[in-house]
Amino acid sequence: MSLVFAGVCSHGPGITGRADRADATVRDALYASFDRLRSALEASRPDVLIVVAAEHFANFFMDNMPAFCMGMSDTYVGPIEDPQWLGIPRVEIPGNAALSLQLIESVMTDIDLAYAQEWKFDHGIMVPLHFLTPEYTLPIIPVNINCQGPPLTPLTRCYDFGRALRRACEERAERIAIIGTGGISHWPATPDSGKINEQWDREFLNHFVNNRRDALVAYTDEEIYREAGQGGFEIRTFVAIAGATEHSRGEIWFYEPIPIFAVGATIAVMSIS
Amino acid sequence: MSLYYVQKLLYQINRDEYALARFNENFDSFLAEYRLTEEEILALRNADIGLLYVMGVNGQILMHFAAMSSFAWDAYLDAMREGIRKHGPVRAGLYATVWS
Ligand SMILES: [Fe+2]
Repeated sequence: MSLVFAGVCSHGPGITGRADRADATVRDALYASFDRLRSALEASRPDVLIVVAAEHFANFFMDNMPAFCMGMSDTYVGPIEDPQWLGIPRVEIPGNAALSLQLIESVMTDIDLAYAQEWKFDHGIMVPLHFLTPEYTLPIIPVNINCQGPPLTPLTRCYDFGRALRRACEERAERIAIIGTGGISHWPATPDSGKINEQWDREFLNHFVNNRRDALVAYTDEEIYREAGQGGFEIRTFVAIAGATEHSRGEIWFYEPIPIFAVGATIAVMSIS
Repeated sequence: MSLYYVQKLLYQINRDEYALARFNENFDSFLAEYRLTEEEILALRNADIGLLYVMGVNGQILMHFAAMSSFAWDAYLDAMREGIRKHGPVRAGLYATVWS
């Protein structure tokens, strides 16, 4: 049945860890949008959810940094962070090693993909899962794109990776959902934490939901760093989702700068055509 | 300056309870396994978040070391700002990147 759902969302650790410090009205509107995303995801009746993430030195470091990596385990754990700090309890999360293997073998024919049989989820995956499968019942297949340690994965390759992932999904009988998760502009965990370039974000999101490949892959790292901070490098996850939904368009369900969460909190979905 | 090893050490104690226990209980022997300068060893010993930031430690690594060293969120941000006031701009790593 292949790909049945595709979307993107933010994952800033403040969304859960500093929830009590946000303006309640805005926070609750974000949470309501996450609920809507969960309902739409559930309505697509997925067998598995692929999370395309931008992890933050939890599993991958500059001693051996993959451009792309996919998990291949029946179980994962998370969060790697202090559960109290993140506001999410530590749990085991089900995976699907057999399906991972099939997808990896297929994607590898187009993209040099690393794989990992061990993976500790950080906030980049746990915050989305906390909202999207709060009982951790849905099997997860994690994917990482190097958005943190330069040299970073080129945007053109991220789009191509999304295409390859889509093709691999189309070959499968399982119903597969996919969520990309990253910031747009933000300066997380730095003295500029809370700074958000709303105009840049809205322009990027416009390119994203209209799936303008050329515009999406035209950003340079220099421009991103200057205009959108190091957190902006995480647009790679959005670009991969655009690649997986090539020729489709999407819809922004939520966008609001929330400085205490250190992101312009975003939720968007792409149609599957 | 060996930013790579400072970050690697923090990466390992962030993700591995055994490494963290060794950092807390056998600081000298644990740090001896990394190629660190005296300034780096002192910054780690004192949990000098401001200096570690100025040395170039990535915030995605540093914020967890700050949290385990009992810095609340605002105190963590203030410590980095104070580090810049005291030691000058970030010296290396991503935040010191000068794009050509
Ligand atoms: Fe992130």
